Amino acid sequence: MSATQVVSPHSEARVSPRGTRAFALRVFSGDRIAQGVVTASAALILFLTALLVYELWVNSHLAREKFGWHFLFTSTWDPNTGVFGALPFLYGTVVTSVLALTIGVPLGVGAAIFLAELAPPKLSNALTFCVELLAAVPSVIYGLLGVFVMMPVIKTYLYPLLKNTLGWTPLFSGPFYGVSFLAAGIVLAIMILPFIVSVSRQVLLAVPADQREGALALGATKWETTWKVVVPFAKRGIYGSVFLALARALGETMAVTMVIGNTPQIKASLFAPGYSIAAVIANEFTEATNDLYVNSLIELGLVLFALTIVINGLARLLVMSTSKMSASA
Amino acid sequence: MMMPMEAHERAPDRAPHRPVPLEPVLADAPTRADTVTRESPVPVASELFGPATEEKMRVEALNFFYGKSQALFDITIRVPTKHVTAFIGPSGCGKSTFLRTLNRMCDTVKNTRVEGAVHLDGEDIFRLDVTSLRRRVGMVFQKSNPFPKSIFDNVAYGLRVNGGLTRGQIAEHVERSLVRSALWDEVKHKLHHSAYSLSGGQQQRLCIARALAVDPEVLLLDEPCSALDPIATSKIEELLLGLADSCTIVIVTHNMQQAARVSDYTGFFLLGRMVEFDRTDKIFQNPAKKETEDYVTGRFG
Amino acid sequence: MTEAARLRTRHLVNNLMLGTTGVFTVIIASLLLFILGYLLVNGARNLNIAFFTELPKPVGEPGGGMANAIVGSAKILGIATVIGVPVGFLGGVYLAEYGNRGFAFIVRYVTDLLNGVPSIVIGIFGYTLIVLRFKHFSTLAGGMALGLMMIPIAVRSTEEFLRAVPNGLREGALALGTPKWRALATVVIPAARDGIITGIMLNLARVAGETAPLLFTSFSNRYWSPGIDHETASLPVTIYNYALAPSDDWHRQAWAAGFVLLMLILTINVSARLILARSRFGGGR
Repeated sequence: MSATQVVSPHSEARVSPRGTRAFALRVFSGDRIAQGVVTASAALILFLTALLVYELWVNSHLAREKFGWHFLFTSTWDPNTGVFGALPFLYGTVVTSVLALTIGVPLGVGAAIFLAELAPPKLSNALTFCVELLAAVPSVIYGLLGVFVMMPVIKTYLYPLLKNTLGWTPLFSGPFYGVSFLAAGIVLAIMILPFIVSVSRQVLLAVPADQREGALALGATKWETTWKVVVPFAKRGIYGSVFLALARALGETMAVTMVIGNTPQIKASLFAPGYSIAAVIANEFTEATNDLYVNSLIELGLVLFALTIVINGLARLLVMSTSKMSASA
Repeated sequence: MMMPMEAHERAPDRAPHRPVPLEPVLADAPTRADTVTRESPVPVASELFGPATEEKMRVEALNFFYGKSQALFDITIRVPTKHVTAFIGPSGCGKSTFLRTLNRMCDTVKNTRVEGAVHLDGEDIFRLDVTSLRRRVGMVFQKSNPFPKSIFDNVAYGLRVNGGLTRGQIAEHVERSLVRSALWDEVKHKLHHSAYSLSGGQQQRLCIARALAVDPEVLLLDEPCSALDPIATSKIEELLLGLADSCTIVIVTHNMQQAARVSDYTGFFLLGRMVEFDRTDKIFQNPAKKETEDYVTGRFG
Repeated sequence: MTEAARLRTRHLVNNLMLGTTGVFTVIIASLLLFILGYLLVNGARNLNIAFFTELPKPVGEPGGGMANAIVGSAKILGIATVIGVPVGFLGGVYLAEYGNRGFAFIVRYVTDLLNGVPSIVIGIFGYTLIVLRFKHFSTLAGGMALGLMMIPIAVRSTEEFLRAVPNGLREGALALGTPKWRALATVVIPAARDGIITGIMLNLARVAGETAPLLFTSFSNRYWSPGIDHETASLPVTIYNYALAPSDDWHRQAWAAGFVLLMLILTINVSARLILARSRFGGGR
């Protein structure tokens, strides 16, 4: 207990002083400085992004002025004659991404369902850890494995299988040299799996417990509850995860360029070699001999940039709308 | 009129500081300011508090808005120096909001508006430098919030921030504060352990010690015992009674019995208005307003 | 079908789907183990002291190492950290502690946008901004490109971990008469320290493996690169070049390098998660 009055070690409170000295003190006070510094950093981020768009735009002007919108529909890519068209690369990017999604989404969503709903917690956590670590593997290592492990495996096992069963379709016709849309699609599928699993799992876990309990109380099996109640509730978020994965697949460079064949052509068969936007930029940028060539490559970068913004934006909208549903339910 | 509790259960008198009992001012007696509504009684300090007691803080016609919705309506009261003042009332009636305007913690919430005036020792707190205001008017929160530092560093935090003390002086102040908050004996051998190693009640006393370390003139407590068991609660109530000798205490509580136990003056809040403010024994034994009587007798709550 | 038969079918389907989705999961998880295992076997086998200490030998000659690539990567990552972490950290502090309605929303949106930019496009930006201006490839350009990639992740993780600190701590500090900046610096940010540090680690692990942005910023080099304004070798780019070259010896070295890179990245990842798991305010996971 205290009997004595403690003498304050601090000065008395002052009424807010006036005058220039006070003004300077207020302006340069710690809080003002701190606020200024962090706001400036935030503004710097805006500035850098704007600068990026600006640089892309300005440094592709030669190609944009020469080709206009035809750039997107021309399928010729000839550095010698100076005719550049984006179509083969758009095609390759889309084909490989669609293939990646076709393989990756069922696998990924299925695994997410298992991890979120059906597996016991300890197992789920351990497996999720492994899956999320997959996302940390760099693209170039996927490329290494793609070139030296996957392509030979596809050539030995998958190609004959597909040729024999589906060889009559245009998708699986023609010769196979290893590098191909198929190889790129499969590598991409493996690379986007962790994202689909991770985001879908989180979205499923966020579905409120009372939804599950309601279904189980009606006598539904675990699977029926999951498939008919939980997954539909989380539907939009799962679509969001798919779009996120798509956005990643579109921009993937190294692994794709190592296994796709780097041939600018549009072929229906998945066995054929092809090219993607990211791959052609990576390959030919340092070899580009004239300005129009470089500008065309940069314009390709602009196209890719626009594509990923749109898809990312859609993805985020979808994921956000599911979490709003979960929060209000 | 029903008595909420027996006389002997109330806190023992602290004779030298007991206010001289006077006739309470009734609702329709002439009040000092015309702006004050007839619904809120405004006892003049000298009449309510007695000649030996001064006002520490004065609130005049305080209106508080969260955005468009109004939370406090025309509050006018005075807080007596070196006494314990309690504010009671049902949940959500604005007691915590009111408390937080007294040290301008309301400033940290966006989109709020304050009308009216709050004075500390005659100075308008909204013209004072807010950090020095908060040094003079300290606060203890409902949920204890020790910093992730050692016990010693928690108590010393405010001292170090304000600066101007040597290491030896800081250690002295820390010890003094821990003694004042009745925690010293329990922690003196483990001052450098983490604050989180303490129990809930000890953590709250640590927060009180931390607030006391900077030597505040007023200590605001927002339902400090609501998360604590009865033993911890009674320890804190005991220390509050002892603190009132040197510090003005304002406590918000939803526990009427606690208010009756520790406070000298009580204000009853209802729906953002101060319905009645008077000496504690008057509020509990002979309230002037029907709403007060209904509340303290438990007709609603 | 009778009710009993329907019930049997339903249970059958239930178990079938449990099994199928379980198989999917095991496939994916085992991919990781396969990758690790393959790199371990193939890569570690080809590791030797020379890998860490020697420069690449001329084409055709066996032997040599990747010392210049290791040093180059270290320099690039150092520059990237210096550029990316402070800007990202302060931006995150802004969003968590000072943000207001409109501007904060724009900042968050643009940061997410920047996060989604493909790494090859970041490389183009680095090229036009720095390489074109200085007329040559440089470590600086590579570091800047990677630094730009670090910013959005740093912003997001700083904001997330600051928000995870309970408001009671902020209020406790403010109620003692502490100015806001000081309350942040001495109470809130230290409370989020674990999260912020692991955020930096994970950030670094992610950009350490990036190849595309380096292809035409820091380019490549078969010798030492003095200072920061010359082109430099880096681990990921060298792996790429060696993998596609028609030399078995180089392939073996590519595996070794891949192993080293993967080990580095995975170690940082696992350590970061372990630290997070033990920390008090570990974010919303």
